[in-house]
Amino acid sequence: MNATFYLSAAIAVLSTVLVITRANGVHALLYLVVSLLAVALVFFTLGAPFAAALEVIVYAGAIMVLFVFVVMMMNLGDAAAVREARWMEPKIWVGPSILAILLTAQLAYMLDSNTMSQPHHAIVPARAVGIAMYGPYLLCVELASMLLLAALVGAYRLAHTEHGRL
Amino acid sequence: MNLILFGLLNIVGILLMLVIGAALLTWIERRLLGFWQDRRGPNRVGPFGSLQVVADMIKILFKQDWIPPFADPVVFVLAPAVVMVAALLAFAVVPVTPSIGIAGNLNIGILFFLAMTSLSVYSVVLAGWASNNKYSLLGGMRAAAQMVSYEVFMGLALIGVVMLTGSFSLADIVRAQQELWFVVPQFLGFIVFMIAGIAETHRLPFDLPEGENELGAGFHTEYSSMKFGMFFVGEYIGIILVSAMIVILFFGGWQGPLLPPILWFAIKTGAFVGFFILLRAALPRPRYDQLMAYGWKLMLPLSLLNIAVTGAVMLTH
Amino acid sequence: MLSSIRTLWYTFLHLFHHSETVQYPEQMPYLAPRYRGRIVLSRDPDGEERCVSCYLCAVACPVDCISLQKTEEDGRWYPEWFRINFSRCIFCGFCEEACPTYAIQLTPDFEMSEYERENLIYEKEDLLISGTGKYPDYSFYRVSGLAIPGKGKGEAERERPPIDTRALLP
Repeated sequence: MNATFYLSAAIAVLSTVLVITRANGVHALLYLVVSLLAVALVFFTLGAPFAAALEVIVYAGAIMVLFVFVVMMMNLGDAAAVREARWMEPKIWVGPSILAILLTAQLAYMLDSNTMSQPHHAIVPARAVGIAMYGPYLLCVELASMLLLAALVGAYRLAHTEHGRL
Repeated sequence: MNLILFGLLNIVGILLMLVIGAALLTWIERRLLGFWQDRRGPNRVGPFGSLQVVADMIKILFKQDWIPPFADPVVFVLAPAVVMVAALLAFAVVPVTPSIGIAGNLNIGILFFLAMTSLSVYSVVLAGWASNNKYSLLGGMRAAAQMVSYEVFMGLALIGVVMLTGSFSLADIVRAQQELWFVVPQFLGFIVFMIAGIAETHRLPFDLPEGENELGAGFHTEYSSMKFGMFFVGEYIGIILVSAMIVILFFGGWQGPLLPPILWFAIKTGAFVGFFILLRAALPRPRYDQLMAYGWKLMLPLSLLNIAVTGAVMLTH
Repeated sequence: MLSSIRTLWYTFLHLFHHSETVQYPEQMPYLAPRYRGRIVLSRDPDGEERCVSCYLCAVACPVDCISLQKTEEDGRWYPEWFRINFSRCIFCGFCEEACPTYAIQLTPDFEMSEYERENLIYEKEDLLISGTGKYPDYSFYRVSGLAIPGKGKGEAERERPPIDTRALLP
C-alpha cells in the first residue's frame, strides 16, 4: 500500500509539472486528468475510497471532459502551440518558480515542525462521509448548494437571449 | 497461495470471457439483425457462420495500420486503448457469482463503475480531436455532451437501488434482492438506467457520435485496422457491461432457481444484450437536440422523482 | 414512447418470419427471359449472322462500349469485327432496342466476373452464339428487299415482284 501511495504521488507531481510545461492545450489537459487520477489513487491508499471515486467521477470524468470540450471547440492549431511555447521562456517562469519553491519550503517546514500524527489507515466508508456531511457540516452543504444554484441560474441567464432562443 | 491462484484465475477467466464474448457479439449481432430484417446474416464461414469472427479478426489484424499525417499521433493511438481499458476495468467490480468476480465486494462498487464509464468518454472525445478531421471532431463533441449528460441520469437512477440496499457494494445489492428483484420497486430507475446505459455506450438508437449518414463514421472516421477494431470491441464490452449492471442492479444478479448461478447470470445478461440489438434493429436515430431535450427534460425529472418517491416510501416504513 | 415499444415488439416477431434471402450460389434465382444480362449476337434460322453492321447499337449505346467494323461479301453486310467492353456496359438494353435485325440480344446471365479487366472485352467470337435467341423465326434477309445470292429482288416474304416503272400497264 505504501509503495502504491508513493508511486501515485510521484505520478501526480510529475504529471502536474507536465501540465504546466505543455504548449498544446489538450495535451496539458490530458496530463491534468492523469494527475487527478493519481490523486484519486492517493485518496484510496489513504483510506478514503469514497473521495477517490468522487474525484474520478466529478473531476476527471465530468469537469475535465468539459475543459477538453471547450479546447476542442476553439480548434487551436499548431500556431497556438508555437505561441504558447514562446511564452514559456525562462525569464517568464523563473519568478513564479521561486515563489512556488518558497511556498513548498514553508509547507515542508510546517509539516516538519507540526507534531502531525502519521496518517492512520482507517478506511472511511461512504456512510461515514454522508453522516458527517449531513450532521456537523449540514450548514456548509446547504451553503454550497445555494452557491451552485446561484451559478446555475446565472449561467442560464447568460445563455438566454432576448428572443428566448440560443 | 491458493487464494492468489484463484484470484488470478478469476481475472484471466473474466478477461478471456469478455474479449471472446465481445468478438462473438460481432457475429451474433449481425446474425440477429439479419433475422429481424428477414435476412440470414453471415452464415457462410463455419457452422452457422460462427467462424465469421475469426475471418473478421484475421482481416482486421492484417489491414494497414495507418495514422493520418495530420493527426496528433500520441493521442490518436491512446484513444482506442482508453475505451478498452475503461470498459475492462469496470468489469473488475462485477460480481458474476458469489465466488466468481474480481472485486465484487468492493465497498464503492457502483461508484467505481460510474467512474470508469465517465472515463470512457475520453476515448471518443480524444479520438475525435486527435483525428483532426471536422466530422470526427463533430462526433467527439456530440459524444462529450451526450455521455456527460446521460451519466448524470445514470448515477441518479442508481441512487434508488443504493437507498434500498444501503450499500454501494454490488454483491450486497444482489444479496438484497433475495426475495424481490429491484425491477419491481425501482421500475422507473430501471427504465432511466437502461436508456442512459444505451446513450452511455453510444449504441443505436443513440449513436449520434457515429451517425453514419451525417458524419461519415463520426469519431472513428480516420481509424483503421485493429485501432478501429478496439473501438468496436470496446463498444461490445460496453454493451456486455451495461447489460451485466442492469442484471445485477435490477434483476437479481446470479440468483435464480435450479440452474447454477453463473448460468443464470449469463442467461439474464444475454437477454439484455439481445434487447440492445433489438433496439438497434427497431428504432430510428433521434435528432441531436431531441436527444439532449429527452435527457434533460424527461430523464432528469423522472430520476429525481424516483429518488423522492423511494425516499418517501422508505421513511414511511 | 408507446409506438416505440410497439415497433420493438413487431420487429421482435420478425425472428419467426420466413427469411427472404436466396442462397445464391447454391440456390439460383429465377431470371425472366427478358432479363438484361450478358449481350450476345444471334444468328438467323439459316445459321448466318444476323448483324448487318448498321452501327445503330454503337450509336444508341450511352456509354460507348460497342465498336464494330463493317465489311461486305456478296451483297451481305456483316461485321468484320465486333467488340463489346463489358467493363463499361451498363446493361441498359438500348442496343437491343436499336437493333433492326434482332441480332444483338441481352440474355439472363450475369455471372461474368473476371480477375483481369481486359478479359471483360468480348470479341465477336465470344459474343456470337449458334442459335437464334429470343426470335427463332426471324431472318432479316428473308423479309428485306435486298438482293443477295440465292434471293433476287421481289423474292422476299410478303413481297411482290418489282414493278417495271417503264411499262405503261398499271
